[in-house]
Amino acid sequence: MTEPGRMARYRPGLRAGVGFGAAAFVVGISFGVVAEPVMGKVAPIVMSALLFAGASQFGAVAVLAAGGDAATAIATGAMLNARFLPMGVAAASAFHGSRLRRALESQAIVDASWALASRGDGEFDREVMLGATVPQYPAWLAGTVIGVLFGDTLGDPQTLGLDAIFPAFFLGLLAAELRRPRAVATVALAAVIALGLTPLLPPGLPVLVASSAALIGLWRR
Amino acid sequence: MSDVWITIAGLVIATAVIKAAGPVLLAGRELPRGAYAVISLLAPALLTALIVTDTFAREQELSVDARAAGLACAGVAVALRAPLVVIVLVAAVGAAAVRAVT
Repeated sequence: MTEPGRMARYRPGLRAGVGFGAAAFVVGISFGVVAEPVMGKVAPIVMSALLFAGASQFGAVAVLAAGGDAATAIATGAMLNARFLPMGVAAASAFHGSRLRRALESQAIVDASWALASRGDGEFDREVMLGATVPQYPAWLAGTVIGVLFGDTLGDPQTLGLDAIFPAFFLGLLAAELRRPRAVATVALAAVIALGLTPLLPPGLPVLVASSAALIGLWRR
Repeated sequence: MSDVWITIAGLVIATAVIKAAGPVLLAGRELPRGAYAVISLLAPALLTALIVTDTFAREQELSVDARAAGLACAGVAVALRAPLVVIVLVAAVGAAAVRAVT
């Protein structure tokens, strides 16, 4: 028997999660479409099912598509997910119970849910976070499946401009990051490093080296 | 195992550990401020590097082509505060339009 009062606390998150889920569905389709030529039909679906992290999935596939190796793709994808470390630290006090339970529930940390769960006073609402993630997961997975299955029928990916999806997706995510202190300087430095090293290093590595631009964070005025 | 499956396995493990680290290990404790600053700048640094290489690199050569037009369209959509879905679609349409006329 479910206690109605307890379920009610998940409802605001669930409601907001449906909107995020609609977006995740469409972006999931675009992931399936661009990943299928690189990884085949099964791998993108497994990736979405087990990883459920758009930026790192797009990032890793972009590295593989450019001819980078697995180590570079993993490093790039993992660093794109590095933001979940401070996000998890910030929300740590919202999780309760055994270590295993906290470890499992922490997997529900995704950008939109985390932002929604923040109460603005440093506290996080666990039920809002979990509730908001619940609709996003099946939407992301279903979108990926549709993209993988029907990407072929769309025709030549280049003619449709689908190769422009990767940078556009990253640009959309970057726009939300620019408000951080020193983000603009980091962006400028990363762009110079990545473009400067492109003729010199194998594909994937310029991206990895450009992550060192984040060390600007250590510099104090 | 191929690069694809190694990538998936490695990323799944790495991401699960990254997400769980805070809630499992540090109930209440804090990271040093410098670490926060660097970690929070990793995403903008990597996103930028991915944007410029996905737009201007062909293997190890730099080129300006239809992808740049797509990115410019995406930039307009970002400036207009369009949702992510619209940004992505506008970029694809922009790049496709340039390819159609060249």
